[in-house]
Amino acid sequence: MSVEVRIPTILRPYTGGEKNVSAEGATLAELITDLESRYAGLQERLVDEQGLRRFVNVYLNDEDVRFLGGLETELSDGDSVTILPAVAGG
Amino acid sequence: MLRIRPELVDAMVAHARADHPDEACGVIAGPEGSDRPERFIPMVNAARSPTFYEFDSADLLRLYREMDDRDEEPVVIYHSHTATEAYPSRTDISYASEPLAHYVLISTRECGNDEGPAEVRSFRIVDGEVTEEPVEIVA
Repeated sequence: MSVEVRIPTILRPYTGGEKNVSAEGATLAELITDLESRYAGLQERLVDEQGLRRFVNVYLNDEDVRFLGGLETELSDGDSVTILPAVAGG
Repeated sequence: MLRIRPELVDAMVAHARADHPDEACGVIAGPEGSDRPERFIPMVNAARSPTFYEFDSADLLRLYREMDDRDEEPVVIYHSHTATEAYPSRTDISYASEPLAHYVLISTRECGNDEGPAEVRSFRIVDGEVTEEPVEIVA
């Protein structure tokens, strides 16, 4: 199963500058583990002990995974995952 | 240095005044790699707060898709401070995630919703480090 993952500018140093990478996984958690195996350091930027980091948005196709199953969100072949850091501040 | 057209500065200030006392926020997109702010895109502050701003998550995805389709990037990311100076706060620094963007801050602490002086300053925020830069207004 292959899912296309869209990497934001700030995380491209981890992917050797690649904007889009492919990864495998039946769930978002598995996908992130697969990404980490090739792009070490990426996982820590996406998740902490509580789960997905508060100021990182991950979308499955058009939907924020927070409104789906979070890290347990199931993925299908051909899905597209987009990672976007929140634009936020005080 | 940030080079920007006067009507774009006016648009950011007008947005900040209109939303005062809540923080206003938005983006000025420009062609990828050009460092030229061109397309003014005011965003909704999903936090609707005088001390915090955050783009709504669905709006954020739409914005980035649209910029992608047009080969644009966020050249300017702006927001207002409504009670303090136009300098990045600790939260601004910790959430800054566009190393190539000019972070523009507008302070409405003096003018509020009215005409009157609004402070506009620009910064780079990279790896937690803030560098102020000059703003050159060019027609």
